[in-house]
Amino acid sequence: MSILINRNTRVLCQGITGKAGAFHTQQCLDYGTQLVGGCTPGKGGTKSEHGLPVFNTCHEAVAATGADASMIFVPAPAAADAALEAADAGIRLVVLITEGIPTLDMVKARKYLDDQGVKLIGPNCPGVITPGQCKIGIMPGYIHKPPTTATKNVGLISRSGTLTYEAVWQCTQRGYAQTTCVGIGGDPVKGLNFIELLELFQTDAETHAIVLIGEIGGTDEEQAAAFVKQHVTKPVIAFIAGQTAPPGRRMGHAGAIISGGEGTAQSKIAAMRAAGITVTDSPATIGDAVAKVLG
Amino acid sequence: MRVHEYQARALLEAAGIPVPPSEVLESAELARGAFRRLGAETAVIKAQVHAGGRGKAGYVKLVKSANEAFREATRMFAEPMVSRQTGPEGVRVHKLLMAPAVDIAREFYVGVVVDRARRTPVLMGSAQGGIEIEEVAARDPGAIKKAWFHPHLGLQRFQAAVLTAGLGLAGGRAKLATDILLKLARLFVERDCSLAEINPLVETPTGEIIAIDAKFTFDDNALFRHADVAALFDASEENPAELRAKEFDLSYIALSGNIGCLVNGAGLAMATMDIIKLHGGEPANFLDVGGSVTCEGAIEAFRIILSDPRVKAVLVNIFGGIAKCDVIADALIRAAQEVGFTVPVVVRLEGTNVDIARQMLEKATIPGLKTADNLTDAARQVCAAV
Repeated sequence: MSILINRNTRVLCQGITGKAGAFHTQQCLDYGTQLVGGCTPGKGGTKSEHGLPVFNTCHEAVAATGADASMIFVPAPAAADAALEAADAGIRLVVLITEGIPTLDMVKARKYLDDQGVKLIGPNCPGVITPGQCKIGIMPGYIHKPPTTATKNVGLISRSGTLTYEAVWQCTQRGYAQTTCVGIGGDPVKGLNFIELLELFQTDAETHAIVLIGEIGGTDEEQAAAFVKQHVTKPVIAFIAGQTAPPGRRMGHAGAIISGGEGTAQSKIAAMRAAGITVTDSPATIGDAVAKVLG
Repeated sequence: MRVHEYQARALLEAAGIPVPPSEVLESAELARGAFRRLGAETAVIKAQVHAGGRGKAGYVKLVKSANEAFREATRMFAEPMVSRQTGPEGVRVHKLLMAPAVDIAREFYVGVVVDRARRTPVLMGSAQGGIEIEEVAARDPGAIKKAWFHPHLGLQRFQAAVLTAGLGLAGGRAKLATDILLKLARLFVERDCSLAEINPLVETPTGEIIAIDAKFTFDDNALFRHADVAALFDASEENPAELRAKEFDLSYIALSGNIGCLVNGAGLAMATMDIIKLHGGEPANFLDVGGSVTCEGAIEAFRIILSDPRVKAVLVNIFGGIAKCDVIADALIRAAQEVGFTVPVVVRLEGTNVDIARQMLEKATIPGLKTADNLTDAARQVCAAV
């Protein structure tokens, strides 16, 4: 089992002829993702360098390929519009990799996608992967371990990119597989958040524990902690980045900022520990904490 | 991006929100003339710096004569302002704002921010004007009235009117305030603000509603579509090393410790600072070289880190995903040649092409460079080196 995506997911790449889009399309194909085509306005009717059909619009692409998920590499000024187009064309899961999208564009886009019942991951995220089945995003595939009947498995949710790889790698090295890993992104207004994904992992029979990687800024982790206390019976392991971050400064991610005393790592860690979540002090001991919990 | 108060006032004025007349001074010599032109018995002089705590630092002053205006202006230009937000060296003042003191019947706070949890902008108002909203929120959260924008429709007039009534305004004054709130909401959306705050918004004894002080910050990600806003950027308010880093697409923030950090990814960069602290060290900076780091970018990152005289050791922490470890190893070798490692450098590489990278580093035998087996080992080594 897995959440959100599996080997049957048919993926479209919006921005397939751009440098990043083309590169990662190849990486996803190599991993085994059913990447069925791409969109670039003005280049419809041609083939991409991977030999995939390119369409002018998402509507044409969905009609011709039956795609149900989209991976977006469109530059920031037009990225939110690309997400709207995907939703309007019938895509059910939009994975928005692009960094630097204006916040108010995302305010409008998220509401539209919600109204259409379309799930959004990102923006400013590494994407989502179900190891061994489907990779939609920019994460290195080989660090992940697909579940077997013999493995104990974690589901992973993270606001970060490379820190997620770090956590995944620690799990893989210790023999723990991953059902699905979701990078929800570093922006203040985004798609699926901790709570929605905790809910999905809680009901996924193959997921034995959940790893949650948060960071400073906002109150998502506090809300996640409250949800875990109420609704999650599986063990949850967490790390919160930014314990040493100064207030008022944006730490790389648009959403990683302590403002008006809100969004500190200390507040998040306290809320999570109070909810029974195992929070590690060090980013190097996430795998050890998983081992302790899963044995 | 932050702007100065005088720039924020100009934006309010352009949006049709009443602000008192004012003068911007670039030298103390202009203070006497400005005081006379304003023609008020009492005027207020305020230093135009981004750092807060101006009042307590003595950089917001009431003056009652042209000579007093000159004296205060002279002092503010001459002595750097030191406040709880500036650090002991303080900040230089390049501009002053002078405005007539206003008779106040009541003061309000009004502001717009993005409510991250609800994923839409929210208008906030409080009848306790002149006080920081965070202070009100901590002491008396019920005193803050809120109205959330519909993500597509925006703030509606009735919402602004309800909020105005909640602040205790009625009649013609309520209508004036409602108009101001709607204009502020429109300004927030049209200019892609991340904060648009009027504090205080005052009611005068004669029934006017006017904005006395304003604070605006803008969404950096939206500056591409607001050339006029981007033009308000004041480089003198920024740390020069941070500006230089930006030119190379590096995300760098100077901190006060002595262990430099070079990391790929913002989350991992924060986590690296945290693990340094956990092992008894103090990070000198946050530095994310980004996912698509080039050799040139990484060399520049070393230059910036090593140009900080406080840095006594450097921790390089790379988890190669898309950024490949061999690119970083190449950059390390070239940086050692071009920049020179004056302090110990501890390197921890993991991920894509890590074996190639380790071989490259071994072959290069760079003096002062130590490799670490894992993240904990790296943190221990670098903390022991200072």
